[in-house]
Amino acid sequence: MASVDIRDVRKSFGSTAIIHGVSVPIADGEFVVLVGPSGCGKSTLLRMIAGLENITGGEIAIGSRVVNNVPPKERDIAMVFQNYALYPHMTVGDNMGFSLKLRNAPKADIDTKVKRAAEILNLSHLLERFPRQLSGGQRQRVAMGRAIVRDPQVFLFDEPLSNLDAKLRVAMRTEIKELHQRLKTTTVYVTHDQIEAMTMADKIVVMHDGVVEQMGAPLDLYDNPVNMFVAGFIGSPAMNFLRGRIDGQSFVMEGGARLPLGTAPAGSTDRPAVFGVRPEHFLIDNEAGAEAEVIVVEPTGSEIQVVAKLGGQDVTAVFRERHDFKPGDRIRLGTDRRVTHLFDETSGQTIARH
Amino acid sequence: MADAAIARSDARPAPGEPSAWQQLKVNRNWLGFWFMVPAMAFLVLFLVYPLGKGLWMSFTDARIGREGRFVGLENFEWLSDDSDFIRALIFTLVFTFFASAVKFAIGLYLALLLNNNLPFKAFIRSVVLIPFIVPTVLSAVAFWWIFDTQFSVITWGLVKLGILDRGSPINWLGDPFLAQCVVIFANIWRGIPFIAITLLAGLQTVSPSLYEAATLDGASKWQNFRYVTYPLLTPIIAVVMTFSVLFTFTDFQLIWAMTRGGPVNATHLMATLSYQRGILGGNLGEGAAIAISMVPFLLAAIMFSWFGLQRRKWQQGENND
Repeated sequence: MASVDIRDVRKSFGSTAIIHGVSVPIADGEFVVLVGPSGCGKSTLLRMIAGLENITGGEIAIGSRVVNNVPPKERDIAMVFQNYALYPHMTVGDNMGFSLKLRNAPKADIDTKVKRAAEILNLSHLLERFPRQLSGGQRQRVAMGRAIVRDPQVFLFDEPLSNLDAKLRVAMRTEIKELHQRLKTTTVYVTHDQIEAMTMADKIVVMHDGVVEQMGAPLDLYDNPVNMFVAGFIGSPAMNFLRGRIDGQSFVMEGGARLPLGTAPAGSTDRPAVFGVRPEHFLIDNEAGAEAEVIVVEPTGSEIQVVAKLGGQDVTAVFRERHDFKPGDRIRLGTDRRVTHLFDETSGQTIARH
Repeated sequence: MADAAIARSDARPAPGEPSAWQQLKVNRNWLGFWFMVPAMAFLVLFLVYPLGKGLWMSFTDARIGREGRFVGLENFEWLSDDSDFIRALIFTLVFTFFASAVKFAIGLYLALLLNNNLPFKAFIRSVVLIPFIVPTVLSAVAFWWIFDTQFSVITWGLVKLGILDRGSPINWLGDPFLAQCVVIFANIWRGIPFIAITLLAGLQTVSPSLYEAATLDGASKWQNFRYVTYPLLTPIIAVVMTFSVLFTFTDFQLIWAMTRGGPVNATHLMATLSYQRGILGGNLGEGAAIAISMVPFLLAAIMFSWFGLQRRKWQQGENND
């Protein structure tokens, strides 16, 4: 096991710069998730750690060794690919033991290691099958098994769950997390799904257009986003952004609706701003709340999602308690003043959080 | 199924059993048969009939202009004592073996080369196809010139380089062994593009992430080929080599345009010998017998590939999705 240190790494394809100086320290045994929309450079960064892409600038160190010029097979890393990349002509057992076979490990040794990995992943009864004969979730586990057998310094996962159906994805999420808790191998995991990032990571790195927007523990990112991008990316349903200005103790939306703030940041009176409210932080406030019209009601059982028109803008609110709203109903929405966010209108940076 | 179809098409009041004629018109199985008839007619007319006719002729003493009498296996008995025929048979086998093996080796090498990211990739790929595009007879004539005893460009070059004496040119197409080498060479030249391009197509179906995975697993370039590329390519190799062997074994144009089977019948393939005896010599029965004796070899090649082509275990059983 080893730490991974990414220092000011840059990547260009020809004259097109993809990654503009990214630094991420990853501690030994940490589970780090790189998350961001497609095209943000997260997969490229992962492939640079693996050695499948050259590093244009900066340094990547695994343990204490800078690996910029170390070929992939000497980096002692294992990678799980999005399409699993299982060798179709090899049985599950051969797939898992392939790396050991290439190292000329004794056959008995390979067998024990493969068997042990198969037990961990519940694959023991499938060792003689070919990848084609497996279900998506089983293939996924074989791909992980192939990584485990190597006992590498670092695990790399490249969107490993995106080819699975929703239910399986949730189950595999748990499995991967459990596996990490058991093996404690340093893991770098790439996904575009913020739920995966939130649920699995020790540390989330939010990337956007080739730069790191914010890095931190999942709940820290949820509670304290540094800008509108992170605030909108983390959390589901996404945060509502209301445009308007700060007026003393309240926020006045462009349509005139007035929402109470906690304490306004000093010197920000009458300043144009964006007010960020997470759907779960809306509440029914019949005294001070602003009037909104219910448009769509989506009960999920555990909660109700309500899309409403507030000051001319559609907002999403989520209530844990049951309300019997009908489309067209008028409700008064307030916000939980402890957890609202204000962003600068032009830069999108956080002004204040309450 | 059929019952349901009938029930549906009998929307108009037609009580009782449909008549036989009605059955022929609306029964699904008969309908399927009617649709098959045109294709079957084509096959019978252009495949079964000529093959049957050839087979029949090989059992007769037909000559041009004269209907033959059935003579049983006489033609074949006669051929088994014919040294020219035996020689052609052996040369056909040698020709096929060497040409196919070299074509495979070079074709695979070219395919691997072209699968890399080369500069001017598209251009190089189309250049490789040239031998395939040029009409066979044309390229054969070109080879004929290249290897002509008097005007050979190779001889000329060697003389100019001072390696060869002007007075003793190499008798490329006059010496039996050299002529055999030359026609094999020409066949290889012509056959490589087919193999190279087909294998290249096969190579491109291999997911690049497999190579990446293998590289991370610690595979060298050679191990990548040995454990990933080659096994994944075997189904296509089986197809392409079957075709290649069939084409090579039955080659006619190239030989006929270059040597007509000479010198001293050294470069006769079974196909050219059959043509010479049957059409030029007029002994249709004997020509047919030579052609028919190619069939067992071709069948063997097909059987071989049939078993080679059996879907491998790893290609079976997609029980997902």
